[in-house]
Amino acid sequence: MVLVFIDQSEGQIKKASFEAASYASKIAAQLGTTAEAVLLGVTSENLSNLGNYGVKKVHTIANETLTNFDAQLYTKAIAQVVEATNADVIVFSNNTTGKAVAPRLSARLKAGLVTGAIALPDTSNGFTVKKTVFSAKAFANININTPKKIISLNPNSFNISSTTDTAEVVPFNTSVDASKIAVSAINKVTGEVSLSEAEIVVSGGRGLKGPENWGLVTELATLLGAATACSRPVADIHWRPHHEHVGQTGLAIAPNLYIAIGISGAIQHLAGVNRSKIIVVINKDPEAPFFKAADYGIVGDAFEVMPKIIEAVKKIKATA
Amino acid sequence: MKILVCISKTPDTTAKIAFADNNTKFAAEGVQWIINPYDEWYALVRAIELKEANPEVVLHLINVGNADNEPIIRKALALGGDEAIRINSEIADSFNVASQIAAVAKEGNYDLVFTGKETIDYNGSSIGGMIAELLDLPFISHAVKFDLEGSNATVTREIDGGEEVDKAILPLVVSCQKGMAEQRIPNMKGIMGARTKPLKVMEPISADVLTSIASFDLPPVKAGVKLVSADNPEELVRLLHDEAKAF
Ligand SMILES: Cc1cc2nc3c(=O)[nH]c(=O)nc-3n(C[C@H](O)[C@H](O)[C@H](O)COP(=O)(O)OP(=O)(O)OC[C@H]3O[C@@H](n4cnc5c(N)ncnc54)[C@H](O)[C@@H]3O)c2cc1C
Repeated sequence: MVLVFIDQSEGQIKKASFEAASYASKIAAQLGTTAEAVLLGVTSENLSNLGNYGVKKVHTIANETLTNFDAQLYTKAIAQVVEATNADVIVFSNNTTGKAVAPRLSARLKAGLVTGAIALPDTSNGFTVKKTVFSAKAFANININTPKKIISLNPNSFNISSTTDTAEVVPFNTSVDASKIAVSAINKVTGEVSLSEAEIVVSGGRGLKGPENWGLVTELATLLGAATACSRPVADIHWRPHHEHVGQTGLAIAPNLYIAIGISGAIQHLAGVNRSKIIVVINKDPEAPFFKAADYGIVGDAFEVMPKIIEAVKKIKATA
Repeated sequence: MKILVCISKTPDTTAKIAFADNNTKFAAEGVQWIINPYDEWYALVRAIELKEANPEVVLHLINVGNADNEPIIRKALALGGDEAIRINSEIADSFNVASQIAAVAKEGNYDLVFTGKETIDYNGSSIGGMIAELLDLPFISHAVKFDLEGSNATVTREIDGGEEVDKAILPLVVSCQKGMAEQRIPNMKGIMGARTKPLKVMEPISADVLTSIASFDLPPVKAGVKLVSADNPEELVRLLHDEAKAF
C-alpha cells in the first residue's frame, strides 16, 4: 500500500498535497496496489474528496494537538498509521512540513528516503527515484534499498489528475502526547500566492533600481495570479522580504512561467529557477547571461517595457 | 550549555557540475570546495553569536568525511568555535551521516544541535530531522530567527507562505537558513587561532546505509531564446498567451 501524507495548515489542505496524492496513486497503480492518505489535526474540509486524486481511504487523527505542527509528534502518529496499515511506500510533499517530517520518519522506520523527487520511481529493477541535486543544476537517480520507502515530491513537479471518485474517511484511534513545541504566532502573508506552489512567478532584480519601482512587478503578478520573487541582493538590501529570495541559497522553484525583470542571471540565481517550464527575461543588457537560459526575452529598459506588458496583459484578461 | 554545529563541505556555487565514471560520480577534479553556505552563514554564525552573548557556551563543530575535509573545518574554526570533531568516514548516505552525528551528540550531551537547512550539493534537507529522531528530540526546521533565554528558545521558522513563532525548551535540534545571522568573513586573529584549536578525529560507528546513488543526469539544453523587439512588448504577451499558453 502507498500512504500519502496530506498537509494542512490552520485546517486547510495545501495544493502540494493534491500533487502528492496524485503521485502516490500513480505509484500504487505501478505497484499493483492502492493508495491511502493520512491527515493529522482538525480540519473542516471534506476529506472524502481526496478520492478525486485516486486515494481510496483517508486515515484521520482529528486531535487538536496535531492541528499545530510538531515534527516529533507528527512522526510518531504517521509511524503508527504506517504500522497499522502496513504501508510500504510513504509519500510527502517536499515542502516545509515534508522536509521536517520525512527525514524523522526515515530514521524512525529505517526506511530509505529520497527528498526532492521529480518523477515516478523506476521499479523495473529495484526502486529508483529521480531527484534534483546541485540546486537543480543536475539530477540524481537514487536507489532505495530498504523494504519501506519514503519519497518527498518537489512541488510543481507532478500534474494533479482528478476524477469524481470519493474516498472512505476512517478515524485512526491513538493517543497523542503533549507537544514540546508551543506555537505562539503564525504570520501568513495574506492575499499573496505562495511562492513554492505558484504556477507563475514574477521576479525582480537590482535592475529595478529601488523598492519604489516594485509596482511593475506586483501589478503584473496580481494580474496573472502570480507570486513575486527577487534576486539575492534585492533581499539583502531589504528592498524585498527574505522569503522572496530565489536561487541557490534561497528558495528553489519550478513554476510554469518565470518572468525575470532586471536580473542578470548569475549562476547562483539560475540554480533556483532553471526548472521553470518557461523562462522570460527582460534585461537591457543583451549580454546578460540570463538570455542563455531563457525561452523568451526582450532586450530593453524595464521601465519602458513593463508598463506596455502590463497593459497588454490587462487587455487579454479583459476579453477572457 | 553545549552547542554542536554540523558543517558540511560542498562545491563552490560557481563550480562546473559534471559527472565521471559513467555518470555515477561527481567530477570533483579542479573543483573549489566551500563550507555549505547554510551551515556557515547561518548555523555557525548564529552559534558564535550565542557564545559571544554567553561565554559559558561551549561550541563544537562536527563534520563527517575524510581528511580532505580538514581545510574546510579549519576555515569554520577561523570564524569561531572551541573545537571540531571529524568523523573519519566516507559519505554513504544521509542516514549514515546523521547516525554518526547523533552518536556524538548523545555522548557529548549537547543542548542544541544546529544544521543548515540543506546542503547545496545533494539538497537532501534530511540530516537535521534524522538526528532529532535518533536523539528523540524536538526539531524545528527552516529557522530564520533564534533567541535563547536560559534554556527557553524562541524560534521563528519559515512555513509555506509565511512564518511561525515557536517556543521550546532545550535540548533541541534546529535547521537554519537565511535570517538567522549575517555572513561573516574570518579575520586574521581567527585564522591564526584556528590552527591551534583542537580538531579531534573519531572513527565512525557502524550504522545502516539505506540508499545509494545509481547515476546522475544533466538537464537537457534549452533550444534558445526567442527575442521580441523592445518596441513591441505586446508581441511577447501574445506569444506567452497564444503560443506558450503560459497564462
Ligand atoms: C555563494 C553565493 C550564493 C549566491 N546565491 C544567490 C541566490 O540564491 N540567488 C541570487 O539571486 N543570487 C545569488 N548570489 C548572487 C549572484 O551571484 C548575483 O550577484 C545576483 O543574482 C545578482 O542579482 P541581480 O541580477 O538582481 O543584480 P545584478 O547582477 O546587479 O544585475 C542587474 C541586472 O539588471 C539589468 N538592468 C539594469 N537596469 C535595467 C533596466 N532599466 N531595465 C532592464 N534591465 C536592467 C542589468 O543589465 C543586469 O543584468 C549568490 C552569490 C554567491 C557568491
